[in-house]
Amino acid sequence: MLALTDFLMLGAILFSLSVAGIFLNRKNVIILLMCIELMLLAVNINFVAFSHYHGDAVGQVFVFFILTVAAAEAAIGLAILVVLFRNRRTINVEDLDALKG
Amino acid sequence: MTFELFVFYVFAAILVFAATMVITRKNPVHSALFLVLAFFTSAGIWLLAEAEFLAIVLVLVYVGAVMVLFLFVVMMLDIDIATMRAGFVKNLPLAILIAVAMLVEIFLVVGSGNFGLDQFAAPSPLPSDYNNTASLGSVLYTEYMYPFEIAAVILLVAIIAAIGLTMRKRPETKYQDPSKQVRVKKGDDRISVLKMDAED
Repeated sequence: MLALTDFLMLGAILFSLSVAGIFLNRKNVIILLMCIELMLLAVNINFVAFSHYHGDAVGQVFVFFILTVAAAEAAIGLAILVVLFRNRRTINVEDLDALKG
Repeated sequence: MTFELFVFYVFAAILVFAATMVITRKNPVHSALFLVLAFFTSAGIWLLAEAEFLAIVLVLVYVGAVMVLFLFVVMMLDIDIATMRAGFVKNLPLAILIAVAMLVEIFLVVGSGNFGLDQFAAPSPLPSDYNNTASLGSVLYTEYMYPFEIAAVILLVAIIAAIGLTMRKRPETKYQDPSKQVRVKKGDDRISVLKMDAED
């Protein structure tokens, strides 16, 4: 039978892969955004699995809200990316040092 | 091994493969397409967990809208892939180290000793007339009405922010102004008489 730990381990593998992806593609903002989407997906898998095994629909409601926020975040992130590319002709993270933080 | 478990393992293998491809491909377009595969596969896994509505929403919203937006932006920008890849090999050992460390830590917590079938028995299958969408809606529109409306406002803010960020005035473009067109009056607005010397 399918156990709760199977879903949780799949989520853990997906989350670790996306963390590795953030380290590997530190310069490319587009891939960084994709890795964040993968992370949210891993978290959502956990929520859905817990909701299923707990017999409670509230976990799925939470996934609904996470999907909403993730869609908003992707839209604004990509809009910022387009404006950034229009002004600087690059999306390399290391060239974005105007703030001198 | 039951058929359900077999399907889960096949989908999980495809999902992990797609995620690996997303983070290792040179071309961002390929990454985006593999991310589509990852979302599609996890929709299948959510179906196994009896979250039918969310599985469909994942395909519609993510594959249908967000990933198309990603592909659109990736293809619109002119990216030099070679400079983007610099440091990939240099960061690889650190990335693998941290990912493996995190994976081992999470496995220690969520392993079958803590979350196995003995601790959390598989729920009995739902009756055939059970409606996932209806049960989700009955919770969402009663108990979580206020957060639901806040989510709607967040989406509205995202729309306005995205349009406001990317819109720009371009003085060189010529366009018609309907407001000026309907306010035009008889006489000087429509016709202008020029005086000029007669030519021989």
